[in-house]
Amino acid sequence: MTAFFTEWWSYGFMRNAFLAVLIITPLFGLLGTMIVNNKMAFFSDALGHSALTGIAIGVVLGVTDTTWSMVVFAILFALLLNYIGSKAAASTDTVISVFSSASIAVGLAILSRGGNFSHYSSLLVGDILSITPREILYLLIIFGATMIFWVTGFNRLNAVSLNRTLARSRGIPVRLMELVFAVFIALIVMLSIKWVGILIINALLILPAAGSRNISVNMREYHFFSVLFSLFSGIVGLIISYFTNVATGPMIVILAAVIYFATYIYGRKRVQ
Amino acid sequence: MRKIIKPCGLHCIKINHLGVTIGEQEILKDINLHVHCGTMTAIIGKNGAGKSTLIRAILGEVPYSGEIAFKDRENGRAQKLRIGYVPQHMNVEKSTPVSVYDMIASYQSNIPVFLYKSKKLYQDIKNTLKMFAAEHLIDKQVCNLSGGELQRVLLSMAVMDEPNLLLLDEPVSGIDQNGMELFYQNIAYLRENFDLAVILISHDLDYVERYADHVVLLDREILAQGNAREVYSSDAFRRVFTDREVV
Repeated sequence: MTAFFTEWWSYGFMRNAFLAVLIITPLFGLLGTMIVNNKMAFFSDALGHSALTGIAIGVVLGVTDTTWSMVVFAILFALLLNYIGSKAAASTDTVISVFSSASIAVGLAILSRGGNFSHYSSLLVGDILSITPREILYLLIIFGATMIFWVTGFNRLNAVSLNRTLARSRGIPVRLMELVFAVFIALIVMLSIKWVGILIINALLILPAAGSRNISVNMREYHFFSVLFSLFSGIVGLIISYFTNVATGPMIVILAAVIYFATYIYGRKRVQ
Repeated sequence: MRKIIKPCGLHCIKINHLGVTIGEQEILKDINLHVHCGTMTAIIGKNGAGKSTLIRAILGEVPYSGEIAFKDRENGRAQKLRIGYVPQHMNVEKSTPVSVYDMIASYQSNIPVFLYKSKKLYQDIKNTLKMFAAEHLIDKQVCNLSGGELQRVLLSMAVMDEPNLLLLDEPVSGIDQNGMELFYQNIAYLRENFDLAVILISHDLDYVERYADHVVLLDREILAQGNAREVYSSDAFRRVFTDREVV
């Protein structure tokens, strides 16, 4: 019986994947709280999709590690969406949709040239089992940076989210906070997209926070449950996927979705 | 907030030749306004007269021409103006997990609200809320407050760091007649007991008549100003408000 639970640990790729899950999922839980409060779900979804374009640009430019072209493109894309969203007359979701679909189309067009898209199809669902220690180190660095940003900047971010005019009247640099937050989302989404997958990365950002929102009444509970749900779905999803031979990313998202529905029902009952 | 016996009457906020043009459209033109501490100035006018733009210009949210100066009349020195702003709405949808403590602490302090609740800050916030009989709301979710409760909480937050000028939009929704009376009484209390000036956008001419020291009738420019009786009997007032409807 013990062997049943420890067997997976004996594989190096499982240990790496486990470490990666321990780093990625709390980050997603943390950022998700603000993404949900700010109604940025569509924005983070568009960012995830922009990974294809980033890779395509990298391929065209002949970059050896397309992660970097992906990160740079995503940051520029995030800044652009933010800028246009604040200026354009059309509603933000229309603007995001326009840029997101245009960017996906460009990415797909380039990557599918000569019928080669199958090389990149693993990006769609992700493969956490192939992560290397070096890549875990990148995740660890972004984890540290995000924690510093969250501890020092969260109050301001929350103030901006609640009322921009009021935040500005208190001397908070509203635009700067929004941009820095968008850049952090871009960085984290891009550095984890190969392991989680383009199609489901947004679910992992949104579900834990949305589930936590169902049952929380203040910011401490909100963060605690969001990180807990994310971490729990990540670890349990990884282990289940090992035994059932199902891709890890989707399994994690299924668990997070189950938690969301459970908290939804529980939250409704409590209100009644 | 430090309570004083009487407002000193020596501070003065001067708005000189303020104008706002957005794109091609001139929204405000040559606004001249002097506001003294211990007084309440009410701004009235039709919808689209530029009332909110004036508030946003004073807050520095829209670019303006002219100047806004804060003078200490005793020595004529210019000081930094501390503005307490009370918005009409907060972006809190149903079931947003933000408590009153979380909201106020986010604006007042750098102690991360998602990590822990500072006992000292909690007590400070509670003491301020007490001034407006709102201390029992501190752990409630902001989205579950009634219109009147939210107003009292926002008012408490606005006076926490001793502003020289309080800018308010009169609440228009989610507040009943009793709540409105209480709102005006609270503003009057602040004006009488603290060293601050109040600029209030108002939609209710009866309350303005009862509570405001100075009334400004605005329609892109100042059409009339003075005490309520002077403004209400002016020709401009009759032109703007053909009947005394609530606008």
